[in-house]
Amino acid sequence: MIAFAIKRFVQALGVMLVVALISFMMFRFVGDPVNQLVGVDTSPAERAALRETLGLNDPVMLQFGRFVLKAAQFDFGISYQFKQPVAALIASRLPATLELSFVSALFALAIGVPMGVYTGLYRNTWLARGFLAVSLIGVSLPTFLIGILLIFVVSVNLGWLPSFGRGQTVNLGGVWSTGLLTKSGLQSLILPSITLGLFQMTLIMRLVRGEMLEVLRTDYIKFARARGLSRRAINFGHALKNTLVPVITITGLQLGSIIAFAIITETVFQWPGMGLLFLQAVQNVDIPIMAAYLLLIAFLFVVINFIVDLLYVAVDPRIRLDGGTAG
Amino acid sequence: MPYVTGEETKARIPVSGGAVGALGRMRDSDLWYSFTRSPLALVSALVVALFVLAALFAPLIAPHDPFDPGSISILDSFLPPAWQDGGDARFLLGTDDQGRDVLSTILFGMRISLAVGFASVVFSMLLGITLGLVAGYFGGWVDSVIMRIADVQLTFPAILIALLINGVARAMAGPQSYDKVVFFVLVLSIGLSFWVQYGRTVRGSVLVEANKEYVLAARLIGLGPWTIMFKHVLPNVLGPVLVIATINLALAIITEATLSFLGVGVPPTQPSLGTLIRIGNDFLFSGEWWITIFPGITLAILALSVNLLGDWLRDALNPKLR
Repeated sequence: MIAFAIKRFVQALGVMLVVALISFMMFRFVGDPVNQLVGVDTSPAERAALRETLGLNDPVMLQFGRFVLKAAQFDFGISYQFKQPVAALIASRLPATLELSFVSALFALAIGVPMGVYTGLYRNTWLARGFLAVSLIGVSLPTFLIGILLIFVVSVNLGWLPSFGRGQTVNLGGVWSTGLLTKSGLQSLILPSITLGLFQMTLIMRLVRGEMLEVLRTDYIKFARARGLSRRAINFGHALKNTLVPVITITGLQLGSIIAFAIITETVFQWPGMGLLFLQAVQNVDIPIMAAYLLLIAFLFVVINFIVDLLYVAVDPRIRLDGGTAG
Repeated sequence: MPYVTGEETKARIPVSGGAVGALGRMRDSDLWYSFTRSPLALVSALVVALFVLAALFAPLIAPHDPFDPGSISILDSFLPPAWQDGGDARFLLGTDDQGRDVLSTILFGMRISLAVGFASVVFSMLLGITLGLVAGYFGGWVDSVIMRIADVQLTFPAILIALLINGVARAMAGPQSYDKVVFFVLVLSIGLSFWVQYGRTVRGSVLVEANKEYVLAARLIGLGPWTIMFKHVLPNVLGPVLVIATINLALAIITEATLSFLGVGVPPTQPSLGTLIRIGNDFLFSGEWWITIFPGITLAILALSVNLLGDWLRDALNPKLR
């Protein structure tokens, strides 16, 4: 187990290093960092001095080493467009994105699992077929279109829920502004969470359905029926419990892509999170923010993958440790 | 359509494209049989064909030319669809903020969406097939390097990679010339973010094929590795590639629309469906819903039909998955 963990850890470190190299190359070679920092009237001598103080004349490997060291201390330099430290900008946007992502994941689980169980148990009913048809549409529709349609129906025509922003937020300890404690904050959260979570919901529903169909065929379910256990005990106590391992894994892995897909949802709903910041950075070629965002997302993905891998082995001893390479 | 049990009973796409018997072979194949028996596949193929034709002949069938400043009038702006109060019979689906006919902008927008979609699918397919063939055929460190890159790329969502490549390309091209190269930037960023699936699939099939006798025979008569790869191995691994390509066409169209919606795709001067939705989105709150909803519905139907077609193709080519 420990050998496996160490092996996975080294792999994760390798991935991070590759991503760091990509961000470094973006930072260093796409456009000239000096040009972005100074005005038009800066003299060549001043530019050269700045170049020297930034260390841009050093060997590239040395610069890369410095970049990694700084990144490890959350120092990603100054944003070109906001003229503020990138780390502070991201930290101020992080709570909005994380709250949105977690509520979406919860929504996807809370609706997706029961729908999956239902379609698995009663797969020939009209309702189950309806669920499946809806899930196909959910997979085919682009996220931003779902958001626009929701805004059109719920906000514009019915006027039930707000369509942009976070509503009123409460500042917790000066570092975390939360929208979960006020009425308008919670209301603002509903439509973006549905938009962001819909795809994952259909994914979870199909997964649970498939697993349920598989499990219901097994001998121990037949035996449980023969023992005369109630349907409820069989369906939930025996069948559902055994489908949950893959569901937890997939949800964990999907958490990373939820955070990445938040870029689109945040744009539709003008949600002031990291995704919106990243998109502005792409539009305005603000390389430090792009590089930092890339590293942060990569870090999240790697950490989640690492934890899921370890959980997998801990939960299911059938997975052989020596065969645990990716692919 | 009667099913003729000819010699060709294997469900396989005729790849050689032989001139004489190609059509006859197609009609005899399992694939055609399954196609004619699946109403969903028929309907979605019909819809896709209709959309492609409409996009191809947009200049001929569009009631107005939305990009000719002489023919549009600002007095016609914000007209609702023809069947609503205040609608104008000349503009079936209404007009946008500049007085352009929504139906015509949709037809022209679909041209760009489909062009970017097809081009990026072809690009990612060529890239993926080549890298997959090379990785599978040569093996060794070439294989390891290519597959590790694929592994790393697979951990990130495609849209994120497309956005990053887009941002880098934007920085390299500079703001002035960006509009001129936007088509290629989009194809490049979407294509590069979708090659992995082809690469992995082709590599897997090549590993199986490389040990077969015909490859050995080809090697014995002294053919070079590239000839063997592309002329002998490739035709035998093309079935799954076709399935991925169809499903990826829907994904590519959606990705282009998403990028354009986010404001990093096609500029408003030559709008695609995504750009149209982005423009119309600003007017959603003031009641001019038709400017964004109609392009949105068009995009949804297009993506859904291509997806359904891909699903059917996957089931038809691989009965085991059914």
